Amino acid sequence: MNQIKTQGVIVIVYLARYTCEHKFQQCFQIRQTVVKKQRPVNLDLSTMSLPPAAISSILHRVSGVIMLVLVGLLVWLLAKSLSSPQGFAEAQAIFQHPVVKFLVWGFLAALGYHLLAGIRHIFMDLGFGEEKESGRTTAIAAIVGGVILAVLAGVWLW
Amino acid sequence: MVKIASTFGRSGTHDFVLLRAAAVVMAAYTIFLVVWFLCNPGFGYNEWITLYSHLSMKIFTLLTLTGLLIHGWIGIWQVLTDYVKKSLLRGVIQYIVVLALLVYWFTGLFVLWGI
Repeated sequence: MNQIKTQGVIVIVYLARYTCEHKFQQCFQIRQTVVKKQRPVNLDLSTMSLPPAAISSILHRVSGVIMLVLVGLLVWLLAKSLSSPQGFAEAQAIFQHPVVKFLVWGFLAALGYHLLAGIRHIFMDLGFGEEKESGRTTAIAAIVGGVILAVLAGVWLW
Repeated sequence: MVKIASTFGRSGTHDFVLLRAAAVVMAAYTIFLVVWFLCNPGFGYNEWITLYSHLSMKIFTLLTLTGLLIHGWIGIWQVLTDYVKKSLLRGVIQYIVVLALLVYWFTGLFVLWGI
């Protein structure tokens, strides 16, 4: 509580110093409103528990960055597989390597989730499911759907 | 500090629209390829090269790679501006990612050109 109060005071002093250069009246008004609106300032994410929507958001970013890297492997495999029948056989052999297969699975898992979270985003842009409760429900649905798609991709590959 | 609200487009709104427009193309390509793989289990070189020799498939693939360039460019910028506060490091990572995206795009172009 002390810290919140302190920060409120800092804001007042700052605003007062800023505005007093122009108008004394304005300075007085701001002082009053800021004192009334003492809000907690807490941006230390490690002290906050992440709600499903926040987890959904960070997973969207993580999956996007993973794909940005791994898509290089897929483009390389595509180029190889289309070069010649020998190239196709080579690409198949590379694909069968356990590490490569795992990376392709990682790409597909990231893609499945990223796609679902992206569809959720577009629906929200169109004005659907923007409320706190529905946002929470669709975030959970996207995460669960992503896990299901990841499992399906695994079954398909192995 | 980042003072400009756009990276690929002319404005933040333009970036917003480009990101989603690119996403729709890539989503369509993904769904198409997954359906094709499911319809052609155990496909060989002949089926594969036949698919990619169609003009429409070449265009679709290049559209998707263009979408990847735009979407990846804006997407990594959004992530980097939130987490990497050092301008030089952020610039270097952005530069490497954009170069990689252009390499993907040109690889696609020249591979499909030759089929």
